[in-house]
Amino acid sequence: MSGIARRDVLGGGGLVVLFALAGTGIAQEGGTSGGGEGTGAPPEVAPGLPGSLAEFPHLDAWIRIAPDGAATVFTGKAELGQGIGTALLQIAADELDLPLERVKLITADTGRTPDEGITSGSQSLQNSGTAIANAAANVRYLLAERAARLFGVAVDTLSTVNGFVRARDGRQASYGELAASLSLHVEARPDVRRKRVAARDHIGRDRPRRDIPPKLTGAAAYVHDMTMPGMLHARVIRGPAEGTRLTAPDFDAIARLPGIERVVRVGDFAAMLGPREWPLVQAMLAVGRMPWTRSEAPLPQGDLRDMIRALSTEPDVILMRDTVTLPSVRRVTARYDRPYLMHGAIGPSCAVALWQDGELTVWTHSQGVYPLRNALAELLDLPPERIRCIHREGAGCYGHNGADDVATDAALAARAVPGRPVKLMWTREQEHGWEPLGPAMVTELSAGVDANGRIAEWTHAVWSNTHSTRPSQAGDLLAGLEVGRGFAPSPPRAIPQPNGGGDRNAIPLYTLPRATITSMFVPQMPVRVSALRGLGAHMNVFAIESMIDELAAVAKSDPVEFRLRHLEDPRAIEVIRTLADRFGWARPKRERWRGQGFGFARYKNSGAYCAVAIEVRIEPETGATTVLRADAAVDAGETVSPDGLRNQIEGGIVQSISWTAHEEVRFDAARRTAFDWSSYPILRFDAVPLQMAVHVVDRPGQPFLGAGEASQGPAAAAFANAIARATGQRLRSMPLTAERVRLALAAR
Amino acid sequence: MALALVAVLAIFALWARAPTIAAIERPDPASFDRSEVVRGAALARIGNCASCHSVAGGRVYAGGTPIETPFGTIFGSNITPDPETGIGAWSYEAFARSMREGVGRDGSHLYPAFPYDRLRHTSDADLRALYAFLMTRDAVRAEPPANALIPPLGWRPVLAGWKLLALPRTGPQAPQPQLGALWERGRYLGEGLAHCASCHSPRGLLQQEVREQAYAGGWSDGWYAPPLDASSPAVREWTAERLYAYLRTGLSTAHAAAAGPMGPVTHNLARAPERDVRALATYYAWTMREARAARSEPVLPDRGAVAARAHPAGAALFRGACAACHEPGAPMMVAGRPDLRLGSPLHQDNPRDTVQIILQGLEPPVEPNGPYMPAYADTLTDTQIAAVTAYMRARWGSGPEWGDLEKAVADARAESGE
Amino acid sequence: MIELTINGTRRRIEGDPAEPLLYVLRDNLRLHAAKFGCGLGQCGSCTVLVDGKPVQSCITPMAALAGREVMTVEGLGSANSPGSVQQAFIDEQAAQCGYCIPGMIARAEALLRADPRPSEAAMRAAMRPSLCRCGTHMRILRAVRRAAVAMGGGIVDPAEPVS
Repeated sequence: MSGIARRDVLGGGGLVVLFALAGTGIAQEGGTSGGGEGTGAPPEVAPGLPGSLAEFPHLDAWIRIAPDGAATVFTGKAELGQGIGTALLQIAADELDLPLERVKLITADTGRTPDEGITSGSQSLQNSGTAIANAAANVRYLLAERAARLFGVAVDTLSTVNGFVRARDGRQASYGELAASLSLHVEARPDVRRKRVAARDHIGRDRPRRDIPPKLTGAAAYVHDMTMPGMLHARVIRGPAEGTRLTAPDFDAIARLPGIERVVRVGDFAAMLGPREWPLVQAMLAVGRMPWTRSEAPLPQGDLRDMIRALSTEPDVILMRDTVTLPSVRRVTARYDRPYLMHGAIGPSCAVALWQDGELTVWTHSQGVYPLRNALAELLDLPPERIRCIHREGAGCYGHNGADDVATDAALAARAVPGRPVKLMWTREQEHGWEPLGPAMVTELSAGVDANGRIAEWTHAVWSNTHSTRPSQAGDLLAGLEVGRGFAPSPPRAIPQPNGGGDRNAIPLYTLPRATITSMFVPQMPVRVSALRGLGAHMNVFAIESMIDELAAVAKSDPVEFRLRHLEDPRAIEVIRTLADRFGWARPKRERWRGQGFGFARYKNSGAYCAVAIEVRIEPETGATTVLRADAAVDAGETVSPDGLRNQIEGGIVQSISWTAHEEVRFDAARRTAFDWSSYPILRFDAVPLQMAVHVVDRPGQPFLGAGEASQGPAAAAFANAIARATGQRLRSMPLTAERVRLALAAR
Repeated sequence: MALALVAVLAIFALWARAPTIAAIERPDPASFDRSEVVRGAALARIGNCASCHSVAGGRVYAGGTPIETPFGTIFGSNITPDPETGIGAWSYEAFARSMREGVGRDGSHLYPAFPYDRLRHTSDADLRALYAFLMTRDAVRAEPPANALIPPLGWRPVLAGWKLLALPRTGPQAPQPQLGALWERGRYLGEGLAHCASCHSPRGLLQQEVREQAYAGGWSDGWYAPPLDASSPAVREWTAERLYAYLRTGLSTAHAAAAGPMGPVTHNLARAPERDVRALATYYAWTMREARAARSEPVLPDRGAVAARAHPAGAALFRGACAACHEPGAPMMVAGRPDLRLGSPLHQDNPRDTVQIILQGLEPPVEPNGPYMPAYADTLTDTQIAAVTAYMRARWGSGPEWGDLEKAVADARAESGE
Repeated sequence: MIELTINGTRRRIEGDPAEPLLYVLRDNLRLHAAKFGCGLGQCGSCTVLVDGKPVQSCITPMAALAGREVMTVEGLGSANSPGSVQQAFIDEQAAQCGYCIPGMIARAEALLRADPRPSEAAMRAAMRPSLCRCGTHMRILRAVRRAAVAMGGGIVDPAEPVS
């Protein structure tokens, strides 16, 4: 690495971009891939490198330059509808200095891309974005170095523009010709500087998402839309819901139905295959007439939250702080809880699988193609190299849904018909009945304020099952338990801090002189659960931010002022001030049954800062809540796509209002009783906010901070706080339905 | 001649006009006894007041709901205590007179879409509680739209004549202690404030309730309200327990879900005192005690093959449009919701409710996670709805084939403003 | 055999007359805009226009469609030449996963054909049968307002300013 001057050279303006090396690349807070939800993620081999370069330091794992100079960028992350496909291109195009349309992105594919674990935890830009940015900067540097040798000039006299390296004398060489004699199979170096902020063309600017026009016009965009010659459609045959099984399935009768070409059985696993979907849809009615029984212990009656609270726990004190302070003069103790929630993607889980020549290819909307491959390898007794899992988009992904399970179902079905692609889709009732749920949670908080109106003490205990049962072995897949080979699920485990699972965001960002925060991990799972967007953050931020308002009330302080009084992080303060200012927090419209509420958190205490303010109007006779306004301010570090960021925050707020106000999975002794959208209603258009605005606090040059899950917790709390302000009634148990508001008002 | 007519009308109007009751200052809400208000809230739910006096998304009791009648559209009045647009200036006497005689505070006659012919049976104590409840609501300033009635009905004095001809003059009913306190309570509420008969009884030429045929079935908002007497078409007995579940949850698993105008009724009753709803269930189980299902519950065949042969077009439409929920083995059936055999619509002597549910679908009546059905008004034509209705009647219903179903669909569309 | 018009083309479809339109569109005609969401008429992802009205194709048997006109989102425009409503959705970047959006576009198209100047309440009521799980509702509403303006109408009382 000698011969390269470690100095900055002042250059001209315009397009000239100078090369120089810095001490290190931009530091990026690392962490396990996928917010700790992942399993079997690859080890760090180059810990000095930023983002996922630490695991895959070679540049050609990330970027390749074709002879025509166009670039292909590889990411182990998947497009889930969060817009990552375009944001990563913006980063790559900027750092490579290529026009956006000359960069192509390949997403999660075990045959082509690095293993970046699970696409989750709001880490795609943090991990993959950072890796691609630095890899691209390295590639551009290598291209320039190559040109410097060609031109016989010093590299720091060169600039790049639109796929060419230019010398000051006007000579130029295209990336294509330079790359032809350049190996990118070299490790990235940490000291290559990224482009100056001012020189960036795409990062921080709105670029229309590439995936949107095809999705809006019917071009095949989803795994559901794949068609292949000779393809068979398939449906899987199971009991009506998780924890049930068919007692006497008559597969011969199914096989005789018109349009059914095959019934595939492996142990208790069964699927039916046919060339067209409609006969399968009708055959599912025959499956529905088959007797079934509960195969697990009966579900206890009553509210399962109380049961979770009563199960045995593995307590883990995640924060213990004891600074001498003034004593509390007012204390608030409260329990806040939430029920089981559903991911509820609008399209049921679906996969296409092809078994050919002893090799399996699966097109899947799994969030983790590599972990899925490993689990499939065990289930199918195949070496992982003979399985290729390729990500294709599904309907919205909000955590661990049926994607991995349906991919397994499709793989088992495809193994029975070598050479024929099989598209297996779950039915709506299978999706509602079998997807792993977001865990029910209980939090118990107790806090006090001193005579000066400052928080003196704080305890928070959170009861929760695990927040990840993502597959790492065959027994983690539904079909793995059906094939009769004795596979067992992985033992439930708590996701450790700092990411946390049930205790994610249980540690407030506020200054707390005395605090005890305990994760009451509940290993026993009466219901199948796994990761739902935000994991424990939805519950914990709801609880913390509700408690903050309750404390502000006893301290007779304005809730926003009370928050600011307990914050030291200047970025947190700026986000809160920005929102309070833009929302007009200090000048509320004073009207009966109208109220505003505030919520704030920094996701995982390491991701984006997000504050949400909501104004509601209540109809006291019915308890119906109208959200008049829901605004947010967000600091996601350097913003790659402001509109993409706003889209994520807006969506998170609306989804969170749906969870917080409307949703609850219910059970009887035999099964979940939610089987469709009538039994598990979600927010519809008549209940969405009247207005919404998201204010982006951009931090050019700062590390990217994940934002995909940043607004759920703050929105839930802001909603509850607004209802409390409008009605004088504090609701602590989700969902905050109209009926609960009405009953609280009636009980006054 | 014209002059004479004007004179007659003027004299009639003078005779017809009831005296104005003086406006009062809106009473201080704090002056009402808290327990009275709570009791009044419960009574307002039993009376289903909100259904006609609120619009979706608007303030409850602020009025504005359009009520379609054969004589035009009447808009529910604002019964919040706003002095100008509501009843804030009404004394208790003015309120009680309106409930019993159908006369506004200013002396004008009220249209009988407001069921004072039934509400009049409400006791003084209960009227006082209702008054206390309404006068302690938020005063909402909201003027409902003007009624749009065919002439001469826009001229309110005519209503005095209507009352003379149509209003029954029944006194209080004799107590029947042998039937129990719950029955007595049920009769009091059902015959009076809950005004069940207003929808479930036939109406005469003047739209008056035909008392001699009380509960023989009637019409409401384009829906058929089935009989609640011995002629009940139900194929499963309406026991008090089932009726209670139905009124309380909007669903009887032995029958069906509450649809059409009955949905809001169950929504309100779900939030009324349990004992009062049990009382209503007890009373109406009694009025239906002689019904066929009370004598013996028939075996309900599934004549799928026969029906498909008789109505092949209807059968195909059913398989593609309805089977996903209603065919045995469909997820909704697996989840234990009642099948189409059990509900009354396919056993009634007219197809209206079957047709209306297909046209309009079903919103969950009581809790948001209740039965839901999409509307097929835009999906299926009149001919197609007729075909699928005929098929379902043949497959699961009882009674002869319904005649001229296409006209029945067109009529239902017309009455629902489709 | 059912004869009908799909996106302006007369077609004869053989097969089971009970088969819902959705499977014919997706499996026979490779028209993938309409999506399977529930098969129960509850979510609206499969919404298409039939005689200009929004209809859930998963519960619309072919037998119901003889002689009728079906318009899918493919018939409204293409990625290179989007229709007015599609363009408004692109301009507002009104999609996250996008799975529900073709149904939303069909519903918005039907609304604006019937009522070029809807009220905000009418707009929300018209969109109500369609579900979105990503929470894109605010953008969808903005796109409908934008489309209303672009198509020569407008929203009489928009809850948010129309861009």
